[in-house]
Amino acid sequence: MSVLTIEEIRAKARAGLTEVRNDAELETWRVAVMGRKSPLMSVLRSLGELGPEERKEAGGAANLLKTELDQALTEKRETLGRARIEETETAGRIDVTLPARPLPEGRLHPVTQTQRDIVDAFVAQGFSVIEGPEVELDYYNFEALRIPADHPARELMDTFYIDGSGDTDSKLLLRTHTSPNQIRFMENNDPPIRIICPGRTYRNEATDPSHEWMITQTEVLAVDKGLTLAHLKGTLFELAKHLFGRDRKVRFRCDFFRFVEPGVDMAIDCFLCDGQGCRTCKKEGWIEILGAGMVHREILANMGYDPDIFTGFAAGLGVERIAMLRYGVDDIRHFYENDLRFLRQF
Amino acid sequence: MRVPIKWLSEYVTVVLPVKEMAQRLTMAGLEVTSIERTGDDWEDVVIGHVVEVQKHPDADRLTLVTVDIGGDENFEVVCGAGNVAKGQNIAYAKLGARLIDARTGEKKKLKKAKIRGVVSRGMVCSERELGLSDEHEGILVITSAIAERGKPLAEVLGDTVLDIDMKPNRADGLSVVGVARDVAALTGETLREPDFELEAAGEPVVGRARVEINDPDLCSRFTLAIIEDIRIGPSPAWMQEVLLGAGMRPINNVVDITNYVMLELGQPIHAFDYNTVAEHHIIVRRAEDGEKLTTLDGKERVFTSEQLLITDPTGPIAVAGVMGGLATEVTDKTKTILLEVANFNPVNIRRTAMALKLPSEASRRFAWGIAPELAPMASRRVTKFLVELAGGKAGEGLVDAYPVISAPVHVSLARKRIAQVLGVDPSEEKVVKSLEALGFTVESKTDRFEIGVPYWRRDVLGPDDIVEEVARMVGYETIPAAPLAGRVPPGVPQPIRELRERARDILVGAGMQEVITYPLTSLEVLGRVVEAEVLEKAAPLTVVNPLNVGQERMRTSLRASLLETLARNLRLTKECIALFETARVYMPTSGALPNEEEHIVGVVTGSRLDRFGNPTDENIDFYDAKAYAARLLERLSVEASFVAHEEYGLLSGRTARIDVSDKCVGVIGQVHPRTVKEFGIEKDVYLFEIRIADLLDHVPPVATMKAISKYPAVVEDLAIVVDRAEPAASVLAEIEGHPLVASAQVFDEYAGSQVPEGRKSLAISVSYQAPDRTLTDKDVAKARDKIVARLRANCAAELRS
Repeated sequence: MSVLTIEEIRAKARAGLTEVRNDAELETWRVAVMGRKSPLMSVLRSLGELGPEERKEAGGAANLLKTELDQALTEKRETLGRARIEETETAGRIDVTLPARPLPEGRLHPVTQTQRDIVDAFVAQGFSVIEGPEVELDYYNFEALRIPADHPARELMDTFYIDGSGDTDSKLLLRTHTSPNQIRFMENNDPPIRIICPGRTYRNEATDPSHEWMITQTEVLAVDKGLTLAHLKGTLFELAKHLFGRDRKVRFRCDFFRFVEPGVDMAIDCFLCDGQGCRTCKKEGWIEILGAGMVHREILANMGYDPDIFTGFAAGLGVERIAMLRYGVDDIRHFYENDLRFLRQF
Repeated sequence: MRVPIKWLSEYVTVVLPVKEMAQRLTMAGLEVTSIERTGDDWEDVVIGHVVEVQKHPDADRLTLVTVDIGGDENFEVVCGAGNVAKGQNIAYAKLGARLIDARTGEKKKLKKAKIRGVVSRGMVCSERELGLSDEHEGILVITSAIAERGKPLAEVLGDTVLDIDMKPNRADGLSVVGVARDVAALTGETLREPDFELEAAGEPVVGRARVEINDPDLCSRFTLAIIEDIRIGPSPAWMQEVLLGAGMRPINNVVDITNYVMLELGQPIHAFDYNTVAEHHIIVRRAEDGEKLTTLDGKERVFTSEQLLITDPTGPIAVAGVMGGLATEVTDKTKTILLEVANFNPVNIRRTAMALKLPSEASRRFAWGIAPELAPMASRRVTKFLVELAGGKAGEGLVDAYPVISAPVHVSLARKRIAQVLGVDPSEEKVVKSLEALGFTVESKTDRFEIGVPYWRRDVLGPDDIVEEVARMVGYETIPAAPLAGRVPPGVPQPIRELRERARDILVGAGMQEVITYPLTSLEVLGRVVEAEVLEKAAPLTVVNPLNVGQERMRTSLRASLLETLARNLRLTKECIALFETARVYMPTSGALPNEEEHIVGVVTGSRLDRFGNPTDENIDFYDAKAYAARLLERLSVEASFVAHEEYGLLSGRTARIDVSDKCVGVIGQVHPRTVKEFGIEKDVYLFEIRIADLLDHVPPVATMKAISKYPAVVEDLAIVVDRAEPAASVLAEIEGHPLVASAQVFDEYAGSQVPEGRKSLAISVSYQAPDRTLTDKDVAKARDKIVARLRANCAAELRS
């Protein structure tokens, strides 16, 4: 009796399976054929009521069927799965050239990106990043850097002054460079010193394609025994390679800043034309990117360092200028217009 | 400083091609910013000899000029100038020459033209047409001795001019001789000093003029010379030519000579009409407050007591170092010149020139500082020219008031200093030769060099200045690039900076665009986002000399800057825009410096996009802004709560303050429609602001892992009915307060007919989990009951059936 029932169950199950077209129907079939309330399960449960001989025979057949149906289930699943895949590959074919879904557009400002690259180059050489006030005392911005009041060197930097602040040294202004921060640091620290001072600076100059009144600068300072102009060149060489490629060459020429002596200007060979001459380097083959020099003896002495034992070098560069060179930006004013069509290019 | 090569060549032989010499000068610190060639475009312009001048048959003011350029035929040219005459050498432009159109200023090719019926073949040029100056009244008459018919004009008048950007340390470079010195030293040539030889045929000067320096702190030297029998007239062509090349307009022989010598030696000169100076007696003194003088430009000036004047017994006659007076100037009637060549305090002259708004070549040189040794030399030079070119008779000697004689400067340079600074050690021979070429005297001692500094190098005061001179001469290319070596100092932590940089990255990662805006704004714009009382109590710092209107105050809030930037970009797009900036605001304090607080402000607006990036009808809202703010805090591992709040400029009922440990670190909300309108925006805008310093103490240095349970969670949904005004946060707080609740999330909010009036239903998905066992249905039920009881008691909540 149970053997016949098993055959009937098998036949019904097999027939039902061929009608299954999808996963949902397969699940329905599984529940009907092998679920708790299915005939097969009833058979298996009622095995206990049979005699030992019959139990052995019926049990064996029932379990065999269960295994068979389990396998059939698995195979059917795989078949359905393969069919689904094939369906996707043919009728479900897509045009891969259609635009992608929009993703949120998160970006750092190109000046921030460039600033970070510059910081990285120096951190790699053991420099710490030190920030300071943008609203500064005349003393730190000028006097302490050997630019006294009424000195013609002041003409090289047009300054914004703050109303209501005191006279001379205690006068407040918007810093014209971040060098004041180097003085502040040296006042409170002894050599060895390796710091870079990034930050916003301000010059009271009319804007044009190569001039902005708000400029992000990064000034570099190192003070120790045994530092020379050659170390300055080496340090800046690393910066140049980091920013403009490992093939870069650097060149110094004499320049003048009140807080260094000797003072130099550094140029890189043009990274666009490899020094051959092009529009970017104005046919010179070289591009000037920063001013630098050996910290003036008087400043070191004022900081309490013996200038015959300690020497230092300093350098200052404009981050926007570097960004313009790297990205090929034609007008510096783009940076602070914050037009998304510009910002989203970087 | 414009240096014509022809002039430079007077003092040094230019052995290098111009470009290379310019390069050497630039490398040595005299930066050549441009090399201009006059005559570059004079290809088809040659010297022509005027053989005939006839009247034009049909036009009164025109003439027919026959020009011989040494070829087979002569050319007939129609000319409109009044000064053309037979026998002159002129500049003849052939057909096809590129000349400047005198009217438009543009370059044009010369074409054959018929002028009032007569064909004009070529042109007789004026200075303007050749690009020499603006002079177009008459034609250029060439008086040069080397002019020959047919010779290209470029060979006669053409020159190359170097434009050098001098820096204040090389005051001696503001002279052609100064530049020549560097050229000589750099190219191994010898300097040819100007000729100071002079025949003084007149009476001694001493006795015919007097000077007193009342304020020697402001005037270090004052010399007077007398030249009589002067005939004012044009200066010779060669002088006019170099003056033009150097950027000065020729006026007459006297003016030209003083300008020439000023540019040649770097010492300004002033000429008085001898007979207009009362008693021929000059007193150099500070002005009295309110003293007046009419200067050369016809303006009456009023002086203050710190300004230095040149006076005679009747009163002021000139502003020292800046400008002469009208009454004593040299005119056509002047017969005798009283020549002033003096030296003044640089700071004082600079201040006076700036106060009177009279910057000039003269005041610039005084402001940069001149060697007092130059005064008598320049005086002789001018006198010499006046004798030779203006028919003058020079008085013998000089009146020379020189209260404190300038001491020669001496520098002791330790030998090892050179290598200590430069990192290279040039040989002694190289060092000595380099310095001597520049005019220094060098005495070699065992461990040092004793160096005498030439009087014109007032910038060299110490050993490092000498080291720079050595570097300039041996060349910076000999300095190697040595890798940085030495002790690496301990790192200096900068917590605010590090937090700010992390915040930037988190917001960018979440999809916000960083902007960087100007910190200067106006009170009006700030007033849109900061309450008037607050602005009054803590008045934003004012810039005395702003560049633009509307940029006079230092911002005390970033909100306006972000809204302005948003407004500008909204004109271009309808899509969702999320902008942020991390920057400082400048809060006034009672101390010397303002408190520069770092803030982060983000603004969000726009529509959601569909699959193709097109804006849909669905707008972004408060919860989008909250997404960014919440992400930032979460990533910094800061536990924050958003609490309903009122804030100026933000819409009531849609504003929250952001609290961390009960301290407010920022705000978030919809920008008030009225405020948004003031910025020209017509959409809903959402803003958040977080103060970085306030956040700093609550940011753990690192995240700490929370244990992950091995046992499965049971998740069920609860519908909790509460009053409309009950914040979802308090319901969640009660639920999450139960120890078996791992998390609870709101996934729907419903207020409608299914729920009593004034109430709402929050659908909350609750996840129950134990760290040590699998929870049974009974455990969950027990927990649920407890939660519901607490909700009923504390939030007047009911479980919805």
